[in-house]
Amino acid sequence: MKSSVIVFPGSNCDRDIAVALEKMQFKNQMIWHKETTLPKSDLIVIPGGFSYGDYLRSGAIAGKSSIIEEVIKAANSGCLVLGICNGFQILTETGLLNGTLLRNKNLKFINKDINLKVMNINSKFTAKYKANQILKINIAHNEGNYFTDRKHLDELNKENLIAFKYCDEKGIIANKSNPNGSLENIAGIFNSKKNILGMMPHPERMIDNLISNTDGVNLFSSLIN
Amino acid sequence: MKLSVTVTLKKDVLDPQGKVVLNTLSNLGMNELKSIRQGKYFEIDINETDEIKAVKKVDQMCQKLLVNLIIEDYKIDKL
Repeated sequence: MKSSVIVFPGSNCDRDIAVALEKMQFKNQMIWHKETTLPKSDLIVIPGGFSYGDYLRSGAIAGKSSIIEEVIKAANSGCLVLGICNGFQILTETGLLNGTLLRNKNLKFINKDINLKVMNINSKFTAKYKANQILKINIAHNEGNYFTDRKHLDELNKENLIAFKYCDEKGIIANKSNPNGSLENIAGIFNSKKNILGMMPHPERMIDNLISNTDGVNLFSSLIN
Repeated sequence: MKLSVTVTLKKDVLDPQGKVVLNTLSNLGMNELKSIRQGKYFEIDINETDEIKAVKKVDQMCQKLLVNLIIEDYKIDKL
């Protein structure tokens, strides 16, 4: 499978995601944001970082860059799109995913390994996880507090479009296990066709026991099949 | 023509920054404070002499980039 990682000025997780993709046997290409065409890809990844220094709003400027028009076209024709952290923020700014990511409730940049519950395994991104599996994945963000309107939240719940929620070690989803004030502990969501996933946690940081754990592996190996 | 855009968070969106500013001001002895909401402000100089047209153009700028309409409201004023 072919993947493309979009690189913006200020992206800083682009190398990590490339390592993860290549480890999972993706044929990966890095695509600079000024490109106006995308190579044929099965998966497009918008990586984490601080594109354009988070000027205006996180992801706002990157969301209007020239390559993004191509990403939108590809996404609308069914290409798989994964946005991690700043990539999630960019996806909401493009309108490919609804809602937005506000400043963390405690106003602090949070960098720690947290527990996540897999809420829906019926997607190309999560197929290899077990239902309700609890993962330990790193988060590192200042604006991860997911917010959306009541209508969209109802849709997310009704159509099972919430991919991951923050939970505790036992899998209990409560205010206590919500690191950033996110609505209903939401950590990642799909679009209605489930070919787009946006998530704040960093699965690409969890692919090797040597530096962390391997809880992120299944996300990428789900895609390769 | 110069116009300004004031961007504020919608009423029901939590504003933790505003809250911290309010708490700090209260600690400085300003106890009469009821609430503070923090926002953004832009001054825009535009090549257009017709006010209606200028406002329309700035309105487009707001919709396209300056404002996240899900969480923010905005107001355009002539300077």
